[in-house]
Amino acid sequence: MYPNFDQVVAQLDSGRLQSFPGGVYPAGNKDQTSELPIRRVELASILNVPLRQHVGTEATLIVEPGQRVLKGQPLTSSHQPFAVPVHAPTSGEVVGVGHHVTAHPSGLTEQCVSLRPDGYEEWCSLTPLTDYQTLNPAKVVAAICEAGITGMGGAGFPTHIKTSSSKPIEFLVINGVECEPYITADDRLMREYAWQIRQGIDVLQHLVQPKMVLIAIEDNKPQAIEAMQIACQDKANYRVVEVETKYPAGGEKQLIQMLTGREVPRDGLPADIGILMFNVGTCYAVADAIFQGKPLIERVVTLTGGALSQPGNVWAPIGTPVAHLLNLAGYLAEKQSAPQVIMGGPMMGFTLSHADIPVVKITNCLLAPARNELRSSDNERACIRCSACADACPVTLLPQQLFWHAKAREYDKTEEYNLFDCIECGACAFVCPSEIPLVHYYRKAKAEIRLQRDEKIRAEKAKERFEARKARLEREKREREEKHRKAKEARLAASQQAGSDTSDKVAAALARAKAKRAALPDNNPDNSAPPEESVPERKTQVAAAIARAKAKKAAQQASAQETGDTENTAATDNDKQQRVAAAIARAKAKKAAQSQGSPTNNTPQPVSHSDDTTGTDADAERKKRVAAAVARAKAKKESQKLTAGPLAEDSHGTRNPPLGEASSAEDEKKRRIAAAVARAKARKEAQRDEK
Amino acid sequence: MKLTLSSSPHQRTPRDTGQVMRLVIYAMLPGLALQWYFFGWGVIVQAILAVLAAIVTEAAVLTLRGKNIRHAVSDFSAVLTALLLAVSLPPLLPWWMTVIGAVFAIAIVKQVYGGLGYNMFNPAMVAYVMLLISFPAAMTMWMPPQTLAASTVNLGDTLSVIFTGFSNAGYDVTQLRTDWDGVTMATPLDAVKTGLTQGLTYSETLNMPVFSGAFAASLGAGWAWVSLAYAAGGLALLRLRVINWHIPVSMLASVVVVSLLIHLINQDHYASPLFHLFNGSVMLGAFFIATDPVSASTTNKGRLIFGGLIGFWVVIVRTFGGYPDAVAFAVIIMNMAVPLIDYYTRPRTYGHHSHVRSGKGKRP
Repeated sequence: MYPNFDQVVAQLDSGRLQSFPGGVYPAGNKDQTSELPIRRVELASILNVPLRQHVGTEATLIVEPGQRVLKGQPLTSSHQPFAVPVHAPTSGEVVGVGHHVTAHPSGLTEQCVSLRPDGYEEWCSLTPLTDYQTLNPAKVVAAICEAGITGMGGAGFPTHIKTSSSKPIEFLVINGVECEPYITADDRLMREYAWQIRQGIDVLQHLVQPKMVLIAIEDNKPQAIEAMQIACQDKANYRVVEVETKYPAGGEKQLIQMLTGREVPRDGLPADIGILMFNVGTCYAVADAIFQGKPLIERVVTLTGGALSQPGNVWAPIGTPVAHLLNLAGYLAEKQSAPQVIMGGPMMGFTLSHADIPVVKITNCLLAPARNELRSSDNERACIRCSACADACPVTLLPQQLFWHAKAREYDKTEEYNLFDCIECGACAFVCPSEIPLVHYYRKAKAEIRLQRDEKIRAEKAKERFEARKARLEREKREREEKHRKAKEARLAASQQAGSDTSDKVAAALARAKAKRAALPDNNPDNSAPPEESVPERKTQVAAAIARAKAKKAAQQASAQETGDTENTAATDNDKQQRVAAAIARAKAKKAAQSQGSPTNNTPQPVSHSDDTTGTDADAERKKRVAAAVARAKAKKESQKLTAGPLAEDSHGTRNPPLGEASSAEDEKKRRIAAAVARAKARKEAQRDEK
Repeated sequence: MKLTLSSSPHQRTPRDTGQVMRLVIYAMLPGLALQWYFFGWGVIVQAILAVLAAIVTEAAVLTLRGKNIRHAVSDFSAVLTALLLAVSLPPLLPWWMTVIGAVFAIAIVKQVYGGLGYNMFNPAMVAYVMLLISFPAAMTMWMPPQTLAASTVNLGDTLSVIFTGFSNAGYDVTQLRTDWDGVTMATPLDAVKTGLTQGLTYSETLNMPVFSGAFAASLGAGWAWVSLAYAAGGLALLRLRVINWHIPVSMLASVVVVSLLIHLINQDHYASPLFHLFNGSVMLGAFFIATDPVSASTTNKGRLIFGGLIGFWVVIVRTFGGYPDAVAFAVIIMNMAVPLIDYYTRPRTYGHHSHVRSGKGKRP
């Protein structure tokens, strides 16, 4: 059953709304504050504005301690859609940026800007968009984002994201239900600022282009209903709809069900069924932002509960410490058995861990109950399976089965019973005769499941990393082997060419290489180069010569960077130079390795590619390599002629240790470095060739 | 200022488990009173015996289990179990049988399974069946309504019979059950059952004296009024939302439908739906026994199945089985089926299997 637009309208016309299953009827307790006008209160001596006040992430901080800010000046700037900026609630000095406990059930700290008001209330320059109807909607949406507007009903979802929904919208629902007991902030706002809310609705209506606007208000707020009706009477497609007073009628999904008979699909959004919903407070803020250019820097907060001698609704600047507001409302500690403040209503609100916690954009109520005012209990008894919870559940879960499985830590079963569809409204725990804190069990189970999922993902990632590393090592090994094979081929070719080619320079290089080879110990310090196959002696010597030539060149370059005469420097200096050279070589080698593989995923593709290349163009490759080797040899000879200094030093380093003898550690190190440099170069060369 | 923390919701209804149990007990009182009116002091004595035995047993077992006694005894669940057992027992049952029944209900059927909330079976009904099977003679010694009895049994006689086996005048239970004509008074259910075996038709059986004095021809005097009183108490529980309508309605409807079908097959042989409804413990069962939350089904659809099948079994066993009444058997049979019923009757959660395919618009 999915009622279409006309059916929904017919239903609304008939005046008989559907209901949602379950629900409870807690005592309203709204008359403590509902008849008192919203009042302005004096500023707190310090305001702590949390950078993140909503679903999403922190925006980028753009003020610094010591800076004077004006009222409405942004403190952060949005860099991505889920980062909504926050603004200075008043003019004053930024006295610090640091972590502070914020309004979150976990009691965790978040980054806050501490602002000391200067009392001047000096506004920054404001840019209203009164002609919003003629503007590009994107510009209006951007203005809403820059005004820092997030949903003010509960979750604090960024408003501009909702308004830029691309799905066709049939119903724009304005939520003025306010089903939580005690809270009258929206009620008062509608009574006193109906016209401004209407203006905000106009803006949203312009952006969303719905077929109909529904303003839903519980039937226990007749004055708010009347006010909104008057404000909207000139608009044919605006309808004020009275809904049954039943908790949680103000829940997004429940209200949609009541108004339209539709259900938001699991894992879906209201926009998927052609509905968008905004809180009346959000509409007010949108009107402020568009018609005045004012960002969201204050909101209506209901201060209520038996422990307050002067309850009422106040305009609270964002960042005002809770203690300041409670004191203004005449908080009497002696009326409470233990100090307790609930942010939000008695059904879904959470107890604050500290009274310094600042008011944020979603803070609609501060409730300080007197002793025995609320019947909360830690007197948990055995479940008698009465299913009162199931009868109360607005989303038709089986809370009792969820409880059994959550208690037994059978989390897979809780998911089977749709634990994650629980909206944590608290109706089940409200009716439970055994006084079981059901919602608490569900939250715990949800947290555990999320933790397990995270761990699973982490483990999978670790496994991926491990396997990628294994693949990389494997690939590198194969690459080395390939390199050696190619080198071998090159040497072979070179030797053949050497037979026919009578170039003096090559001959000289070969001769020198031979000589050096004879002098050099045969041990290869690197595990990667195993040239002990039965290759002709001369070829290995050629290879060694090439390698040494490269090493020398590298060392030369390194020493050239150093100023002064390197020949006469102390051994430590030499050592340092060599290290520098080695570092450069390593860096190059690493870069080469990176450029070879794809940057993040180390797939073995490049290797196979190189295999192909060598397989097909083996001849050309070989020639190229020979040419390269010759060129390098020439270059080396050239440099040898030109600069005697570094070379001498280098040759000293490489020539020194006799074969297989326990040489001095320093010499050994130098030799290793030289070899590493050579390898790195060769690798790079090979790569360049492959390309 | 450091503040105390607690988990939402911070508000609850004032109704706790103890209050729920007390409400059920209060709702039983009219029926209990009529039982006393029609059948004498026996039911009161049995109730006191059973309640005392149940509370002592509950406390003893909880001590052995290392649990908080006051907490558990104050929830009145043991009292309710004992009362449900007591009103099902013949009023002059020897005291030790009642005590055994109550101890068995609490210690074995309830606490061995883990105490309140964990027992699979209805403790009162299992204890009743245990006694019925163990002491079949004593358990069927029902007294005639005092309006029909030859001798009224006063409190002293009742106590004497229950504790010694004989009244002050030296009569035993069998003698006390005899009416003016020297015929042993059976319950209406017994009468119909034995009448059929003696070759009487159903309508002939209804001419027996036990079927007089009630508000309808086929109803036993006393019994029908007691049933009505329990029905009234049950309606009060419905109104107070202590029980859901699903089980009583489905069970009674099922009794009516099944017995009507059988009655229509052979009206001479099989009892009418009205007879089934107002005799025996159908009303008590529908409102007080089958609705025991612990051992009943917990989903609404499941409750309809649970209650419907209890009604079915009651009529089937009454009509074709060896026992005159069958509420206890039917309830126990269906208790066994509860996990299965619950598993297959889970309700559809909001937003699941919706007609609109869920979009990809999952919030990032």
